[in-house]
Formats: sequence, C-alpha cells, structure tokens
Amino acid sequence: MNYFVDPFTNNEFLRFALIGGILVALTCAIAGTFVVLRGLAFVGDALAHGVLPGIATALLLGVSGIVGAAVGAVVMMGGVSLVTRRFRLSGDTAIGLLFVGMLALGVIITSRSDAFVGDLTRILFGELLGVSGTDLLMQLCALAIVGAIAFVGRRPFLLLSVDEGLARTSGFSIRIFHNVMLTMVAITVVASFQTVGTLLVLGMLIAPAATGALFARSISSMMTIAAIVGTLSTYIGLLLSYHFDVAAGATIVFTAVMFFALAAVFTEVRKSLTKPSNSEHEHPHAHGHVHVHI
Amino acid sequence: MATTIISADHLCVGYGKKPVIEGVTLALQPGELLVLIGTNGSGKSTLLKTLAGLIHPVHGELHVLDHHAGQLPTRVAYLPQHPVSSHTLPLQVRDVVAMGRYAHLGLFKRATKDDQIIVEDSMRRAGIDEQASKPIRDLSGGQQQRTHLAQVLARQAEVLLLDEPTAGLDINGRKLVASLVAAERARGVTVVMATHELLDAEHATSVMLLAQRVVAVGPPDVALRDEFLRECFGFTQPH
Repeated sequence: MNYFVDPFTNNEFLRFALIGGILVALTCAIAGTFVVLRGLAFVGDALAHGVLPGIATALLLGVSGIVGAAVGAVVMMGGVSLVTRRFRLSGDTAIGLLFVGMLALGVIITSRSDAFVGDLTRILFGELLGVSGTDLLMQLCALAIVGAIAFVGRRPFLLLSVDEGLARTSGFSIRIFHNVMLTMVAITVVASFQTVGTLLVLGMLIAPAATGALFARSISSMMTIAAIVGTLSTYIGLLLSYHFDVAAGATIVFTAVMFFALAAVFTEVRKSLTKPSNSEHEHPHAHGHVHVHI
Repeated sequence: MATTIISADHLCVGYGKKPVIEGVTLALQPGELLVLIGTNGSGKSTLLKTLAGLIHPVHGELHVLDHHAGQLPTRVAYLPQHPVSSHTLPLQVRDVVAMGRYAHLGLFKRATKDDQIIVEDSMRRAGIDEQASKPIRDLSGGQQQRTHLAQVLARQAEVLLLDEPTAGLDINGRKLVASLVAAERARGVTVVMATHELLDAEHATSVMLLAQRVVAVGPPDVALRDEFLRECFGFTQPH
C-alpha cells in the first residue's frame, strides 16, 4: 500500500503534480473526444507546436508562459484556419509546414536564452513536478471553460464529426463551430503545456479518447472512459516516475499510449473471436466522408 | 392559388463559378414529387445540394419556402448521397436518428418527451426500431441507410431532398422508401429525389432528366419518352 500511496502523502510537490495531471487529463478527455471524432489529431499537433514560439518569447521577456502560449495558439489557429480555407487540397502539407516553421521559430527564440537546453526541455516535455497552486487554479479554470464550450457546442460538434453538410443543413455554421472547436483544443493545449509539454500534449489529447472510442457506445461514455484512462495514466506515470526516477510527463503519456495499445489488441482479439452478425440481406455500400466546404 | 414551395427561374447550379447545369426552372407545390434522373455526374446531386443550401447557385433565382435555400433548417431536410456511416463513431442508431431533431433544438433547448416520441416513431417507420440500441458501426449498409432515412423523417420537415435514398437497399427497402415518400406527400410534404432507377419515378408528379443539362422535364409519361432516355443514358431502358 505504501508503495502506491506514500509518495503522494509524503511529498507536496507530487500531490500538486497529481492534482494538476488529473485536471489536465479531464480537460484532455473532453477536448480529445471531439479531436478524435472529428479527425483533428493533425491540427491538434499543429496547435501544440504552434504555442512553442509564444512560450519561448514569453520566457525570454520574463512574462508568464501561459500568456505566451495563448498568443502562440491564437496565431497558429489563425494560420490553420487560413491555410485550410485557402489550400483545401493541400491542407496537410500547408499545416505541416506551418507547424514545423513555428517549431523552428520556437527553437530559434529559445536559443537566445542563456539556459537554452533547460528552457527548451521544460517547454517540450513539461515541468509537472514544479506545478504551483496558481497553476492548479489556471488548470481548473481551463477545465471549466473547456467543459462549458463542449456542453454548449455538443450538438454542432457531433454533427461536424459525422458530416459537415449535416451540420450546415441543421442550421449550424461550419466555420463558426469549427473555429470554436479549435479554440477549445487550443485552450486545452495551453493549459496542458506545463504538465506534459508541447511535444507530448497530443498523446494526452488523443490516446485516452481513442481508447474510449474503441469501447464506448455513446459520446458521453467515450468521454468517461477517456477521463478514467487519462487519470489512471497520470497516477501510474507519476508513481513510475517517482520510483524509477524517470521523466514524469513522458511516463504519463507513454502509459496513456500503452493503455490504447492494449485496448486495441484486446478489441482486435475480441473481434476475431466473434462472427459478424448482419442479418439483413442488403448490400453494404461504400461510405466516405462527405466534406462540404462553404 | 396554391403556394409554390420550391421555385427556380433560369437557375444555374455548379461549383464556384463553374456551371454544371443551366436553365433549371421549377415550381413545386405542396405534396408534389420531383424525381431527378441521370447517370453519375449528370448534376443530380449538385442540384439537390443547391436546393439544400450547401452550395450557392452560380446564377438565377431560387426560393425554397419563400426564402433563400439553406435558411430554414427546421423546415427542409436533406439526405446526402452515401451519407457518412458514422461507423467509427461510438453512436447508437437512436443517437443518429435523434440528430434529426438538432435543427429544432439548436444549442440550448432540451430534448422533450415529444422529441423522443418523434425519434421512436421515425425509427419504426424506417424499419430500424429493433436495432435502436445497436452501435451504427455494427449495422449493414442497408440498415445504415434506413437509419439515415429515419433521421431525415425525424426532422418533420415540409421539404425533403433525398439523394439516392434507395442506394444499397434491397427490394423491401425500395418499397419502404416508396411508401415513406407517399406518406410524407400525403401530409403535404414536397419531395425532390435523385435516382438512377426509372422505377422510382413511377409515382412522381414530374421528372427531370439530367445529363449536365436539362434533357427533359415534365410528367413521367412526357419526360420518360424513349428519345429523351436515349439522349440521357445513351440507350432506351427496357421498361
């Protein structure tokens, strides 16, 4: 028992890290569910990298990293929105270049700092063990805002995830709600960067939600599973980090990815053991995403 | 004088500024069924998407229920061709059908008992009620098509725009679509339906033959003459 609980009862910094990690896991479960449903993993990655130059500039100027991350996220969102509108056919290429460009800019700015390697490591991989009370308050606010956005936007978000045309013909603006969804992802990225870092935040955003998608029968159960997987990953990751003296953020994300891998293997084995049971003699037909750009 | 539900005057539809069909003129009354017939790429879906407000007309006049297309989501329902199966999404049949009510509920309204009754009734009418609690990803293509039909019915619209609703359905499914369309028309709903099948035009008020232009338009016995069919398909259908 001591092995599992003592590290947290004996060390305040680890308790703070656990609370911060769980707050991030819950925020990521909400935003990540829609990222997975809508297939926005790549855009999420772009946003995560886009915040780097913002954070780097903020640290160089002695301003809060959160403020820099927010500015970086807004710039990146504008860029993503612009390239997806202008370069519909080559959106992946344009977004890819945009985020690599932002990453490079971030490294350039950081290299001006005296503590270059330390700063860069902190931004890329997080500094979970240095979470303060103020950080926890900010993460709680982010969770509340992301939760509120997801609750209000749940219908258009779901329609957008199924088919953009369906969202439009149901009276919801594709552009507005797509951007609201991006904002929600951006808030999550900004709030999570301190915990797991900009390089690993995508893992927390995607892995628990993707695990949920494998088992869930509804959006709410997908979100619940994502929250449980994220929380467990945080706890297990911190415990392993403490006992084996390895990087906390990376261990948490690795644990989350392992949860997904195990779940994927389990569902594949289960699928191969059960026969398909389509009773109706109708012809399955091709299904593809119908994207209507307005 | 009857109200015109869909009116189009010298309408040109297409993508951006590139026209696909020009010179479409329509005046559909309540309860009428217009069947659009043509091969793949003939412009059927482009015209339906324009009526649904998903793409803007290139030029010309178009009014649906006296408004510009796409402005009345609660009164117009659209079934896209090969609707996305949602097979990767963790959604049950009931959830997918309930999305048909979202236009009425908007962002903030709570689904009421009436909404639930409409969803259940729509599933029953589309013959998918026994699968209500099944994940949609576990269903066959035909069952998924029935689910999407139920979603369109749940909108309780005054105009139905159906793009190949019989695609992937067996003979019973085709009969079901015919009876659903007949029932909707009986309550005054105007239906525009795109299809490859001449049989689907049997009970139409009017038929429009398309081949990247309007080949013929009129009652079935006029529009489906051999000379027009030959022009549209390149051969005469053996019906």
